[in-house]
Amino acid sequence: MAKKNARDSRIWLSIQKEKKEKRKYVLISCASLLTFLLIWELCTDILKLAPSYAMPSPLKVFRSFVAKLYQTAPDGSTLPVHIGVSVYTALLGFLMGAVIGSPLGILMAWFKTLDRIVKPVFDVLRPIPPIAWIPIMLVVLGIGTASKVAVIFMASFVPCVINAYSGIKQTNEVHIWVGKTFGASRSQLLFRVAIPTAMPMIFTGIKVSLGASWMALVAAELLASSSGLGYMIQIARSVGRADIIIVGMLMIGVISMLFSAALEYLERRFVKGVK
Amino acid sequence: MENRIVVKCKNVGKTFIQGKEENEVLKGVNLAIKEEEFVVLFGLAETGKTTLLNLIAGLEPVTEGTIEVNDEIVDGPKPNRGMVYQTTSLFPWLTVLGNVEFGPAVQGIKKTERRKKAQYYIDLVGLSGFEKTYPIKLSGGMKQRVGIARAYCNEPKVILMDEPFGHLDAQTRYLMEEEIERICAKEKRTVIFVTNNIEEAVYLADRILVLSDKPSHIVKEYQIDLPRPRNITAKEFLRLRKEITDFVERSAGEVDG
Repeated sequence: MAKKNARDSRIWLSIQKEKKEKRKYVLISCASLLTFLLIWELCTDILKLAPSYAMPSPLKVFRSFVAKLYQTAPDGSTLPVHIGVSVYTALLGFLMGAVIGSPLGILMAWFKTLDRIVKPVFDVLRPIPPIAWIPIMLVVLGIGTASKVAVIFMASFVPCVINAYSGIKQTNEVHIWVGKTFGASRSQLLFRVAIPTAMPMIFTGIKVSLGASWMALVAAELLASSSGLGYMIQIARSVGRADIIIVGMLMIGVISMLFSAALEYLERRFVKGVK
Repeated sequence: MENRIVVKCKNVGKTFIQGKEENEVLKGVNLAIKEEEFVVLFGLAETGKTTLLNLIAGLEPVTEGTIEVNDEIVDGPKPNRGMVYQTTSLFPWLTVLGNVEFGPAVQGIKKTERRKKAQYYIDLVGLSGFEKTYPIKLSGGMKQRVGIARAYCNEPKVILMDEPFGHLDAQTRYLMEEEIERICAKEKRTVIFVTNNIEEAVYLADRILVLSDKPSHIVKEYQIDLPRPRNITAKEFLRLRKEITDFVERSAGEVDG
């Protein structure tokens, strides 16, 4: 029993240490954000390196942010509406890409025939940058939500396929043997051995996809749109409102940060035994 | 029942073909292993002992002869032969419990029943309290304990162990040999144990089969009748150890000369 208690106390100590590390990390993060804001403030309000209409101060951006929460000028919608449109479009395209892409990658890696059929087409489409899909999607689907969802789908689909594919290919031969000696059927080998092996890679694919989706979305909105954060930025540029451009940029950064955090949470829940 | 033959190899040969090169690893292997017998396959490095074990497991097809397990010709892996591998073969995404109950789970045994079984074997190998731990947090010796529990939990007819302690440090290795001795005393099974360590062989075996150089076949057989658990410094133990060492060195010398 004594041995067990010693182990428990060791685990307790390591948890305490982890907590302390975390607090330190939060503190440093806050400090670096504050420093960034200070330097920004210094360059604008205090040193006036650029005229305030071109390079607004953080305080001005914050005021514009608050105002934009309920004002529709100059682009016809409030900030929450733009965010809603962008997030909706991005998530729709991203989910379609991930839900179709990951399983396709898994199946391609598992069934050789499917691999041979799909791979040539996939290899041709894969190197096309997502942004290059925008013109054709606009011509085919118009400037509504459909064309953007289609572009985002292409952006998220490709990394999901590639990562799921190589994840399955990484399956350890010994693990397959273990499964076989325990009498696992081929589908059991896939679901109980190969897919769990690939899980970390599948998640990597999904994370890369999410980043790519968001980038493709903003690009699509900048080029052709009637709402969304990219559209808001584009209009703000044409009327010379740098403060709103920056509000838009910061929103893009914050939202994609939140997305990544959510995915990392899911990853910790579903990928076990790695760390 | 005592003397029933469980594993039988008749004139077994295995040749690997890589491109244009043929590599004959086994030739004319004949052996018969009785129920509840602990047999050690002994051979120096590169003597095809792992290959023979893989053939018995059904992971590779034979190129010559036949292997029978439980009066059935081997033509693929089957749950009646459990395997403990050289390096870590645990599933990193499953806990200790998840790994140990993998076999019964694959066979669709109910959760409560397989939990009970898994717990019994986890306790048997001395890992109580680690059920929810992931393999990455375990030491090498503990991982091999899980591997052994996993093989036992599926209740195979024959357990094949492929140098399970080859990658452990000397101290842990001694400890694990004692553990195997204890486990086998408690849960009698037919075991085929591959090693290149003579002391380990004499300590564990009811019978030692010595494999020759490639193409390997069985050149010598030692029946070890020392009382268990064995004392590795006892006179009779050391004599046997020396006898086998001398034989192995002599036959290796013949090839060199």
